[in-house]
Amino acid sequence: MLSEKAFAAIEAAKKRYPDPRSALMPALWIAQEECGGWLPREAMADVARVMSLEPADVQSVASFYSMYYKAPVGKFVLEICHNIACDVLGARRIIDHVRERLGIAPGETTGDGLFTLKTVECLAACGGGPCMQVNSRYYENLTPERVDAILDGLRAHAEAGAPPPLPDERPQPADDGDAA
Amino acid sequence: MPEVKILRKWVHDPEQHRMEVALSRGYYQAARQALTEMKPDEIINLVRDSGVRGRGGAGASCGMKWGFMPKEPTPQRPNYLICNCDESEPGTFSNRELVEYDPHQLIEAIVISAYALRVRTALIYCRGEFLFGYERLNEAVQEARERGFVGEKIFGTDFSLDIIVHRGAGAYICGEETALMDSLEGKRGHPRAKPPFPANVGLYGMPTTINNVETLCNIPHLINHGLEWFWSMGTAGAPPEEPQARANWIKSLGTRKSTGTKILSVSGHVKRPGNYEVVMGTSLRELIYDVCGGICGDHDLKAVIPGGSSMPMIPKPIAMDVQMAFETLQAAGTALGSGGVIVFDDQTDIPQVCLAIARFYKNESCGKCVPCRIGTDWIYKLIQRIVTGQGRMEDIELIRDVCINLGGERMMDSRSYCPLGDAAAWPIIWGGLKYFQHEFEHYIRYRRSPVGAEPALVGAH
Repeated sequence: MLSEKAFAAIEAAKKRYPDPRSALMPALWIAQEECGGWLPREAMADVARVMSLEPADVQSVASFYSMYYKAPVGKFVLEICHNIACDVLGARRIIDHVRERLGIAPGETTGDGLFTLKTVECLAACGGGPCMQVNSRYYENLTPERVDAILDGLRAHAEAGAPPPLPDERPQPADDGDAA
Repeated sequence: MPEVKILRKWVHDPEQHRMEVALSRGYYQAARQALTEMKPDEIINLVRDSGVRGRGGAGASCGMKWGFMPKEPTPQRPNYLICNCDESEPGTFSNRELVEYDPHQLIEAIVISAYALRVRTALIYCRGEFLFGYERLNEAVQEARERGFVGEKIFGTDFSLDIIVHRGAGAYICGEETALMDSLEGKRGHPRAKPPFPANVGLYGMPTTINNVETLCNIPHLINHGLEWFWSMGTAGAPPEEPQARANWIKSLGTRKSTGTKILSVSGHVKRPGNYEVVMGTSLRELIYDVCGGICGDHDLKAVIPGGSSMPMIPKPIAMDVQMAFETLQAAGTALGSGGVIVFDDQTDIPQVCLAIARFYKNESCGKCVPCRIGTDWIYKLIQRIVTGQGRMEDIELIRDVCINLGGERMMDSRSYCPLGDAAAWPIIWGGLKYFQHEFEHYIRYRRSPVGAEPALVGAH
């Protein structure tokens, strides 16, 4: 199921570490990237073959880590933090807003395959709470209005090739107020 | 202002991650000096005498950990250095900033530390969610390799070093050092029994030192500025003149005092949340009211979690009168932990905060040992029952009982395989229930929030 390019990348990762088994997590990242953002069983079987492991061994590792998705996900995975700091700053309002706006519950994907909603634990962006990651890029200081703008931007990016909305990955001035 | 700029001096510069910019600010001079003018043991002694303690949560003396590493590793039994960048402690976001915006500070620190520890392969375990930081670290290692700061015969010496950046994939437990090593070995991130300790049997069964990002970032500055400078910041005061007294004073630093600075990640109901680097021993009152501008919306302070979610919260009267250092917070019944300061105003529903804490540990328990796997789930279900209006008065004692069977009768008396179990029990029994039991009772008696909060987020995961 995996391409020659992916196999070559996994072989290179195996050589990178003192013990080739350490390349299993990089190999799963490579496989997930290649398979549209999740890990089908066949892909894990391919990883097992190139890593000289049993498929069950690979599945057991993949199932331990929350960022390896074992089921298909949308083009954009919205991971909204619901941990302490984000929660006291209104994360549940943000989660409810996204649920309503997209008509999906946490764990579900929209019918058009664009968005998957997940609630996650602390993303280490508590100073900018409530926060979320979209495909591992940070968006902070969320308000319902800002979330709407981000969702519109992502949709335009997917459908019309517009540039994606800018994530909050830049040095924050010391007295950063509202990034919205 | 008690804020200082040492580790965070350049993090606001969007160009700081580039090698030329780092070099123009004197980066890698400490590494050059260390490798060409100092013996490995001199560096280990410097780090030990500085009293620098682990910034990741446990607060162990860094020099002491380094002292356990073999002095003459062989090719068959090499030493390893791992930088723990799996920052996942709720409330903490300082490592992320350091690796995203100033990765060369860390790379230089690793070069020096690896030389001191006779390490030829160092690994950085970067949290899976930190994709941006992972990319920045890889670029920085590549730049350092091009300049000859990483690779063969660094600075013309016989010392060679490879640095591997490894990306995790979402598991809080991998921040625990032995689970991290299992994860690096391509396995499920399950903690190992200690002893043997990593300095003896670590990564691939070899001697290994694991240090947090912030701990390591102190090393180049220590080389550049020396001991007296480092000691001048913190709670230890001035060293005595008399040689024996001075030696005893130095010995006590790594366990009984706090030297250097600490980056505190402040979040919650403050006007200016963010990362702030302060001298160890800065008062929490100053941090909240001067540095962070006070509580949002003219509300009053209710409680503070001073060291990440694993550490018990303290109510306002204690918070107003405590210093941010290892020993002072311990005396106040909590801990400095990872330096994640979460501030709660008087409108905060503490049982709901405890629910979020309990849910986190329930979700992140690795499942290897029974007290933690069952205990975290039980604590969560009991608190959930209370905040959804189904609680019974006897539930409070039941929560206490489960917490004691998980985290012990006092702090540091754990019953689980690794500290995650303690971390799940402590904030509930020694924080939430200890100071705010009346709020839990209010929920049970009147079936609604004591502060009129919206219903808790339940079942959204």
